[in-house]
Amino acid sequence: MSAVISFPRLETAASARRQAWTERLRLALRTPSLLVGAAVVLFWILCAIFAAKIAPYDPLQPDILHKLLPPSAAHRFGTDGLGRDVLSRVIFGSRGILVAAPLATLLGTVGGTAIGLVAGYFRGLVEEVLMRITDAFLALPTIVTALLVLAAVGGSTTTVILVIGLGFAPIIARTVRAAVLSEAQLEYVEAAKLRQERAPYVMFVEILPNVMGPVLVEFTVRLGYAVFAIATLSFLGFGIPPPAPDWGLTIAEQYTYLIANLWWPVLFPALAIASVVIAVNLFADGLSQVLER
Amino acid sequence: MLRFLLRRVALALVTLWVLSVIIFLASHALPGDVGRRILGPFADPRAVATLDHSLGVDRPLLVQYLTWIGGFVHGDLGMSLSFHVPVSQLLLRGLGNSVKLAAVAFVIVVPLSIFGGIVAALRRGRLLDRIITVGGLSATAMPEFVTSIVLILVLSISLKVLPISVQVPPDADPLTQIYHLILPSLPLVLVLFGYIARITRAGMIEALESDYTRTAVLKGLPWRTVVIRHVLRNALMPTIAVVATQTGYLIGGLVVIETMFNYQGIGQLLFTAVSQKDFPLIQAGVMTVGIVYLGATLLADISYSLLNPRIRLAGRE
Amino acid sequence: MSEKLGAAQTPALQVTDLKLSYRVRGRDREAIRGVTFTINRGESYGLVGESGCGKSTVAYAAMRYLPSNGKITSGTIVLDGRDMLAMDGDELRQLRAKAVSMVYQNPGTALNPTIRVGDQLVESFVTAGVHRHEAGERALAMLRQVQISDPTGVMSRYAHQLSGGMQQRVVIAMALASDPTLLILDEPTTGLDATVEAEVLDLIRNLRATFGTSVLFISHNLGVIARMCDRVGVLYAGRMVEEGPAWELLTNPRHPYTVGLLRCIPRWGLSKELGALDTIPGFPPGIGAAVKGCVFADRCGLVQDICRTKEPGLDPVGEGHASRCHFSDIAQTLPSAERDMVPRPPVPETGRSALSIHNLRRTMRQQGSSFQALAGIDLEIAPGEVFGLVGESGSGKTTLARSVVGLGAPDAGSEISLEGKPLPAKVGQRSRDQVRAIQIVFQNPDASLNRRHAVRQILGRALTKLTGVHGEQRARRVVELSESVRLDAALLDALPRQLSGGLKQRVGIARAFAGEPHLVICDEPTSALDVSVQAAILNLLVRLQRDRNLSYIFISHDLGVVRYISDRIGVLYLGRLMEVGPADVVFRAPHHPYTEALLSAAPSLEVREEHRIRLSGDVPSAAKPPSGCVFHTRCPRKTGAICEQEQPPLAEEEPGHFIRCHIPIEELRRLQKPEAAKEAG
Repeated sequence: MSAVISFPRLETAASARRQAWTERLRLALRTPSLLVGAAVVLFWILCAIFAAKIAPYDPLQPDILHKLLPPSAAHRFGTDGLGRDVLSRVIFGSRGILVAAPLATLLGTVGGTAIGLVAGYFRGLVEEVLMRITDAFLALPTIVTALLVLAAVGGSTTTVILVIGLGFAPIIARTVRAAVLSEAQLEYVEAAKLRQERAPYVMFVEILPNVMGPVLVEFTVRLGYAVFAIATLSFLGFGIPPPAPDWGLTIAEQYTYLIANLWWPVLFPALAIASVVIAVNLFADGLSQVLER
Repeated sequence: MLRFLLRRVALALVTLWVLSVIIFLASHALPGDVGRRILGPFADPRAVATLDHSLGVDRPLLVQYLTWIGGFVHGDLGMSLSFHVPVSQLLLRGLGNSVKLAAVAFVIVVPLSIFGGIVAALRRGRLLDRIITVGGLSATAMPEFVTSIVLILVLSISLKVLPISVQVPPDADPLTQIYHLILPSLPLVLVLFGYIARITRAGMIEALESDYTRTAVLKGLPWRTVVIRHVLRNALMPTIAVVATQTGYLIGGLVVIETMFNYQGIGQLLFTAVSQKDFPLIQAGVMTVGIVYLGATLLADISYSLLNPRIRLAGRE
Repeated sequence: MSEKLGAAQTPALQVTDLKLSYRVRGRDREAIRGVTFTINRGESYGLVGESGCGKSTVAYAAMRYLPSNGKITSGTIVLDGRDMLAMDGDELRQLRAKAVSMVYQNPGTALNPTIRVGDQLVESFVTAGVHRHEAGERALAMLRQVQISDPTGVMSRYAHQLSGGMQQRVVIAMALASDPTLLILDEPTTGLDATVEAEVLDLIRNLRATFGTSVLFISHNLGVIARMCDRVGVLYAGRMVEEGPAWELLTNPRHPYTVGLLRCIPRWGLSKELGALDTIPGFPPGIGAAVKGCVFADRCGLVQDICRTKEPGLDPVGEGHASRCHFSDIAQTLPSAERDMVPRPPVPETGRSALSIHNLRRTMRQQGSSFQALAGIDLEIAPGEVFGLVGESGSGKTTLARSVVGLGAPDAGSEISLEGKPLPAKVGQRSRDQVRAIQIVFQNPDASLNRRHAVRQILGRALTKLTGVHGEQRARRVVELSESVRLDAALLDALPRQLSGGLKQRVGIARAFAGEPHLVICDEPTSALDVSVQAAILNLLVRLQRDRNLSYIFISHDLGVVRYISDRIGVLYLGRLMEVGPADVVFRAPHHPYTEALLSAAPSLEVREEHRIRLSGDVPSAAKPPSGCVFHTRCPRKTGAICEQEQPPLAEEEPGHFIRCHIPIEELRRLQKPEAAKEAG
């Protein structure tokens, strides 16, 4: 053993790391659900950014003379009960949700991760208290929590974001705590204690990078639910206020026409929501597949 | 096992207490005073003060909380501001109706999704598995009002196989009642299917890849026996817990479904209460939702511990 | 039985030129590169090799049980005269039910957690064709045969209610239910305590004599193989490199790999004073790597040009002994890879103490009940001394280590002092100098190194926190530190998962040495490693200790390792020191009966057969320690009521040699003389 042990298989460690990333990227490109999900989400992001250029009409301009026209060359998705162009409203409708959903999810993920880290790392009383509060929140469906708070403070885009974030935080905290608990048993955490590291360092520099995988997957899964929840709140009349062309809101307004088989003002926004929700979930599913391997 | 169960019950009670505090604070301690919120920004300040006094919200918070929770424990939930009847009466009727709807959904979804999960796991990686997983995932992620619209369009308006109305004469026979509940329960079924199937599949795969399954195969048991005797029981244990937690999501969905179909259950009640800012009804209603959820998880814990010898036999040596 | 004798002409298992590959990331990677061997009727055949050599893969292939990405690409497997690769599903199932059984490494997970043990055993009999009415009786009888006490009770229990040794007995009983032609044992005792392992191995030998079963025995432990097998095959990188009668092969190896492997093992009596252990440099070719010529060429000290171009055949070198080497006649002249002879290690300075422990007690809580993990430990460790600590699981050795470094506080009244000054119980209350003075090397580098931190960050952070260096100075110290553990500076940017097990453990050692400690606790630092890597790590630890003259507390369950590195040894049982003394004295009779049992349980390469004392049963629960002497429930030399009533003191029987036993040392000396043992036997 006179010679220094060398690394026979790879030239340098840095290149090995780069290789690992290209490997992962190649895997991502071979995961259809990831690709389809990303493509559809990208499509809606482009719609939201360039809505004014793409949309054929003003989404808010009523035209009582041409109300409830079925789909035609002039109005590809028809017109609604006030004569507004459904296609234009669907295109503009992507804006609200594509801003609100990621913000709410981010808020919930950051908050939940912090709670989960603290609860999982400190154990004892801190954990008990945090987990009982988390459990209490978990006993209520996000929609009910949101309604409870929105009843008290009134609806607006900002409150919806805050409320959904608040509703998600306990769910994410659970997942993160479970991951932290199993990490905290590993000896690298003890090794950190044995050089007198402070708790924030251990939590954020030692443990957090190791639980980022579950956090990332949870973020994407929650993103799908944020779309779900925000659309539902809008539908119930507690989300983005009218006359915005929001999808959920539009469906709520036009829903009664369904009985008369006037389906187009309702079906197209519904399909829009469906496509976003499915795309986000396909992306989440693909991402977890890539990270698992 | 008794220790385990007692601990679970105690935990549930503590959680319930924390929940009551959260509900109370959310509806009382948020900025703005209650009377003002109910009457609106242009109301006469004296009218606001009178309303505050009659609601008792001008008393110290702690006193209000104790009065409320004390009444709750004794079954006195106060009067509904919008319906002018006792809250307990409203909730009881709403809960009864909701349970009917939820039961129809559960009866359809639980066997279907568990079967789907098992089949997907046994056909892992093949086409059927992909269809069940991706299809379930998509269905789960879809808001109920979106699926409702599609279902109404297809089943009621185009094909006319299911009635769109849930209003049946109260003396109608049970079968008719159930028949009218199928359409509104289907969106719930779709949401739950993906969830339960997914967990079942994951539990199955874990059991299929376990060492004890390998032992059973290498014993020379026929594959059917391996699956039925050795895999299923271990695989389905996590599913039980998931079915219970799904009651939570179910109630969230009920708010939408009952509102859309104008069905007088607890979901619609909550929606009305929130729209009307009927705080006694909101508090009691949300509390009831929490109790139902905690009760269901407790039930799941009990059945889980009965199935798992590790817990059932703990402390008995 | 008679049926088996009748078929005595056909071998039990015949594997011919087996090649097998795994499909990983879209590519077929060859794991078994052509393996041929035969197990005759009633024979016990051992397959040895280090991790990744393919021995378990061969075992599962012999049952035709492969993961979905595994594929047998060529060769034949003939079991009991029947071609296994030609069978359909139903024939294969019949074969598994009746002709071949397997016992696995983790008995705890091999049993179904939700079905009663008895039902699982009965099921095995029914599958093997025993009538359902009869199966219960047969199962009970089989449990008796595997020497389970209270077989009726065990029948109605679940796996988690049994100890590891009992679980393995049940699995063995299940495997024997069909009275199979071939029994495959895949590391059946790895993970069991030494005394339990010895019992299980004895049991397997006895059962083999009773049933006349042929055995394929897979193990990484040459000592176990020596004890259990008639013939041995050595696997390296999916290739059989040497095969022969067990004793012949282990005493007269003819392949450089076998030679090197045997030299790596710290044998009985070997100690650091006598020189460094030999090692095998380099790494085996990975799964799927293209190999031209001899698979071992890259690591062989005798390599010539021909070895890289032409693969040698498995040529006979003696009676039933074959070696795949161009130079098998000179294999034993393999030059030592360890040219750097370790000079005499420092002599511990007696009189002063580096660490002193007085009345160390630690009460732990588990599931509501409390138990004493450490029940009053007194210990002095001199500067420059290596103190070895041995004991089975639950003996408290890891708790002792954790208490010393300050993880988890001991009970009130316990005292630990460092160089004469009392140490605060928790690491958080200690001064920086105290913290850097005592560090630890953990058992499993996969768990003790943060997988998201590069080596440079792991070492740099330790240097900053323990010595306060920053910036350029820190960068320089990181390089020095890595060189001191012989880790190439090019690896500093690697993540732990990019390193092999041995390299990872070097990082763990470097981290412990960052603050120039006075005492390093080594908690089983080599037990997760292969023997060739273990040897290199032991050499490194000895050299570091020699250069810096510091003290170690070295914890291990491997007696050979502890004997090799330690100056003094303490034997721990249920949180109590049973014996303390200089290493050579503890290993030589007279010793405490528990030490005696541990020594005779350890599978050794030196003595082929000897009288052994055996302990029966499992270590009692620490929550309910036996009265009097805690060892009396298992002690083969228990004298009488006094052992049950009174705890003996840890008395100094000879200068520096302490024994906790009621039996006078003269009596122990007489009892433990080899001649006395023979008479008793």
